[in-house]
Order: sequence, then structure tokens, then C-alpha cells
Amino acid sequence: MTRPFARLRIRRGGAGGPPRYDEFAVPFEDGASVLDALIWIRTYCDPTLAIRYSCINANVCKECTVAIDGSVAYACTTRLCADRVVTLDPLPGKPVLRDLVAETRSPRERLK
Amino acid sequence: MTHVETGILIIGAGGAGMYAAIAASRAGAEHVLLVDKSLVGRGGATVMAQMTVAAALGEETPDDVELHLADTLAAGRGLCDAPLAAVLCGEAPLRIRELDDWRVGWARRDNGRIAQVTAPGHSRPRCCYVDFLNTGPAVAATLRRQVSRINAIRRVSNLTVTDIVTADGEAVGAVALDVAVGEPVTIAAKAVVIATGGLSRIFRRNSASANMGGDGYALALAAGAELVDMEFVQFFPIGHLAPRLVGMDPIMWDPFRYKLGGRLIDGNGHEFLADYGSDESGGYTTPRDTATYAIQREVAAGRGSPHGGVYLSFTHVPRAELDRAFGPVIERLARNGIDLAQAPVEVAPIAHYHMGGVAVDATMASRVPGLYAAGEAAGGANGANRLSGNAIPEALVFGERAGRFAAAYAAGRGSGWRFAAATPAVDGLRGQLGGRHGDVSAAELLDEMRDLMWRDVGPFRNAPGLARAADRLAALRGELPELTIGPEHAFNPMLADWYELRASLLAAAAVTQAALRREESRGAHQREDFPEACPAWALRQRVAMRLDGTLLVEPAP
Repeated sequence: MTRPFARLRIRRGGAGGPPRYDEFAVPFEDGASVLDALIWIRTYCDPTLAIRYSCINANVCKECTVAIDGSVAYACTTRLCADRVVTLDPLPGKPVLRDLVAETRSPRERLK
Repeated sequence: MTHVETGILIIGAGGAGMYAAIAASRAGAEHVLLVDKSLVGRGGATVMAQMTVAAALGEETPDDVELHLADTLAAGRGLCDAPLAAVLCGEAPLRIRELDDWRVGWARRDNGRIAQVTAPGHSRPRCCYVDFLNTGPAVAATLRRQVSRINAIRRVSNLTVTDIVTADGEAVGAVALDVAVGEPVTIAAKAVVIATGGLSRIFRRNSASANMGGDGYALALAAGAELVDMEFVQFFPIGHLAPRLVGMDPIMWDPFRYKLGGRLIDGNGHEFLADYGSDESGGYTTPRDTATYAIQREVAAGRGSPHGGVYLSFTHVPRAELDRAFGPVIERLARNGIDLAQAPVEVAPIAHYHMGGVAVDATMASRVPGLYAAGEAAGGANGANRLSGNAIPEALVFGERAGRFAAAYAAGRGSGWRFAAATPAVDGLRGQLGGRHGDVSAAELLDEMRDLMWRDVGPFRNAPGLARAADRLAALRGELPELTIGPEHAFNPMLADWYELRASLLAAAAVTQAALRREESRGAHQREDFPEACPAWALRQRVAMRLDGTLLVEPAP
């Protein structure tokens, strides 16, 4: 049985300051991914939400790696869940740039 | 403000950009700066390519670059820039062999020869690949490895070029946004290569990565370069539609069709391609423009599948044969609830590739001295319809040439950089950085633009729809100065949206205005109000930007 909404609890905030969590309700469709939900939030709900992704659906760029309920996973291949709140955090062990974006660039690929 | 001096600036680090960087350093450039708004070697279209790469290697049967060229010109429906197409076909074998030397891992037959299959439109088996569905990732990883070994190449990820800087009509560098900190950067360069890919992302249904919003076309227009063939957007006929499939690119069905055929069936169970003059009894042969046309017509006639496409069926193929042809991919499909032996999937046309692009000569030079373009960002070689398998060779061949010729142009030249020439662009960027209160965000308008482009400038076009789209795009451009941008500096996604929207609206306007003028149907450009090809339209159109920001579309000389 499908339910109308999926709920996501998302870590917000920049490098400094205490993190906070915002909760979003996203229309649920069978088979949709966590990345689908994040893109939906950015388009229709909160364009300030920072996320990393490139290939969207192919799982080749590996840019959308985040922590989903504490486990490192790709947002593009993790299915959305309709029966409980799912918590998203940036990739652990890396500095946070903003929201779900961690500093995943190698030091050689930064300007400074 | 950070200022960087380099020899060759390469914008975009997919297949074309990485090859350009390698070639520029090989040609003697001491400083090459390879930048990407995403992560170097991860974004763009190359990494997403699953199959296939066309090159007249003659590994399966005798072949010749002239035969590859003849097929390319025929697919282009009379509009290919023949010298560019000749370069593409002529040098594809060199690049494919070089990647082989770099151990990309082309699939091989038991006799050790590189495997080549016959893709639609090719007169013989010519298309090589890396199993399974791994061509793009393997090519991208191989080029990343080569790039990382060259000390002359400096890579920078998350750097968004906002403007190319010109002085005395020549390209002398760029202004960029360092996304992670949210600060302007100026870059002095003796030559600039645009390798930013295409524009499929401006359409609702697309197979693009996030950074295919037409950035390079907008940069080129603003710098004074011309675009060509902008009305020709390739809609890939059998993009995956349903059931929902995650972890795989929506164009993933093509390789299955190469290897196993497959049947396209309408909602009534009828195999319809023959009704459109395409007999597939001998295998998968229907060109992309023909298949897109046939599927759209079936759906419009009320014979579509439940989600608005048609069915692609492999249920006639024995399970053992499916397993053999696709190995681990069958498992990935099973995780998505898809069993090809049991049931068909639904497919529909999806924006996939742009034939048009920056007008360049055979050295990949635009009309702006010092400004080059390569890969999907360059236009002309593929005419009105690209032959299957020609996109990766285009990235490799044109990338290599752009890097090589840009390095030759830059050799011995002094820097033409002047900070004063960059001031308007830097001021413009600073103006966005403080944030702004408005009623609408760029993300909302990007969403609206994708809907309107799909509806009015998609696989079927007519004058009222195109005119409506052109008007709305112009109005949206007018809203740019008023849009909301948050005040944050570091990794501010609203800033990224704003620059994407600015570029996409310009690229979309170029497509729409060129499509409105072309009163005929040819290849990927199909007009409901002009359904036939017209001999008088066997010409290319170029697009330039006037000083007031409006676009001028004219026949190419």
C-alpha cells in the first residue's frame, strides 16, 4: 500500500554554528528515490537547501553520497520510505560546507 | 579576490575537457587550468554513456573512415558540416586506440580483437563498448587517471565560470564563482576552451546530468561567438518511463536492443514501426529521429501505454540469452522489480543530446580569437540528427583538437588580460552575492522553463507554440534581476540556480528562435505545420547575440 507523503528530517546549516534539523513532507510515489525527494524540496518547497548531485539517476557520479539514518548511502539509489521519518546528514568525517554538502573535493582540486 | 594566471583555461571536465587538457599539455602548454562546476571527471555526459563508441577500426569486418563519414552524413539529413564530420570520423580510430593503450578495457572477442556491434544507421559493425553498460564510467576514469599524472594540469572542482572575458575582441580569461566559499575569482588565460556539454536539461523529460543546462552556449554568445544548428535537439526515442527505475540511466535500453533486438509495441499490442516505414525484421535499425516520430504519433493517436509511452518487450528472448547478454545488469533490474522475460517496460522519447552548439572551424576555434569549443558544446558535425555512437568520439576527437590547437595559439603569446575588461563581470557577480529579496526563486522558474520547453519546443513543434515559448522565455529573462537569492556565500544553491537559469534561458531562446524560423521538418526538428523536408532549407542557421541581449538568427554563409 502506498501512502501520500514521505517525511524527511534534514540537517541544515553551514560550517559554523550548531546544526538544526528541518522536517519536510514530500509526496510519495512508489519507487521514488531519496534524491527525487530532495530535488522536489528544492523546487517546490525550499530552494535554499544545499545538496550535491550530478548524474541524477545513473549512479555513476557518486556525488550524492550522504548519511541516511546514520548509514552512508547514495541518495539516488535509496528508496523513499513512507512509513517513518528518515533522517539525512552530510557525509560523516568531512567538513560540512552547508546542509547536506560535505567537502568531498580532494585538496588538490580546490582553489585555496 | 583570488586571481589565477594560466595558459589554457578549459571550462568543463567531462570527456572533451579532460582530453583537451591532456592534449594541451602534450602540445607544450606549461599551465592548463581544468575547471568544473561539479567535480572534475564526475559530472557531465561522458560518465553517463553506457554504449557505444563508433570508430572505423575494422576489427570485426573491413571498415574505412570514409564509410563512417558516409553514414554520419546520411544520418545528418544533409546538414552536417562535412569538414567537421570528416575530422570526427577520421580521427575517431586514433582516440579509441589511444584509450585502449591507456587500458580503458574495450570489450574483446575470444580472438583478442575489439568487439564492434552494429548500431542503427551504421553500415557495418563499428561500435565498441566496455561491458556491462560501463563505457562512460570507464572512459571517464581512464581520462581522470591520465589527467592526474600530468603536473601541468591544475584541476579545480566546484568552480562556476560566469563570464568569459574579452579584450579587443579576443578571449583573455574568465570570471568565475568559487562555489564552496562564494567569492569571485578572476582567471587570466591565453586561450579558453568551452567543454561544458549540451542543454538537454532545459527539457522536462531528459537524460541529462545536473550540469547540462546550456552554460557553454550562453558563455559563447555573450563572448561574441556564434552558435549553429540550435534547433536540432536529439530526443532519444526509448527513454525509460515505467516502472520507476533507480540507479540506472534512463537511456539504458539501447544496448539491450543492440544485442537482442527487442520489440516496440503500442498499447494495443501492435508492433508499429513498420507502419512508419521502418522494417526491423533484420534487427535494430530504426534511426532515432524516425523512432521518436513514430512513438509520439502512436501516443498522440491514443495508442500509448498507461504512462504515456509505448512498450519495449524482450519477453520473446529466452532467459538464458538475457542473462548472457547482460550479466549483472539483470540483477540491477530485478532489484527494481523488472523481469524482462516476464513483462515489457514502458519507454518514451526523452531529450538526450544537442546537435547544435558553438560554431567552430576544424581547429575547434570559434570566431572569437582565443575561444575554442569541443565535445557536445561544439556544433555542426552531426547536422540534423546524430548517428548513434558518435557522441563519445566527438568528445574525444574534438577535445584533443581543441586542446592541441588552443595550445598552438597560446604558444609565444603574452597575456592579453586586463582587469578593467573583467570589471563588469566581477561587479555583476558581486551584485548577486549579497542576496536579494524577491517573490520568486530561480528554482521555480527553471521548473517552469522545463515544462514550457517540453510542451512547445519538444519533439513536435508548430508556429503558435514556438512563438508562445519565445515570448515567455523573453519574459522570464526579464525577471532575472528580481529573483530571490539568499544571502549565504558558501555553497549557496540559489546562486547556482540563478546562474543556471540565466544560461538556460538564453540557450532555450536560441533553440526556440531557430526552430521557429525553420519552416520544414528535418531530422530531429519536426514541425506539425510543415511536415515535409524542404530542399530550400538544406542550410544551417547561426545564432548570435546583439548588444541589447536579443538573439539574431541567420542562415550560415
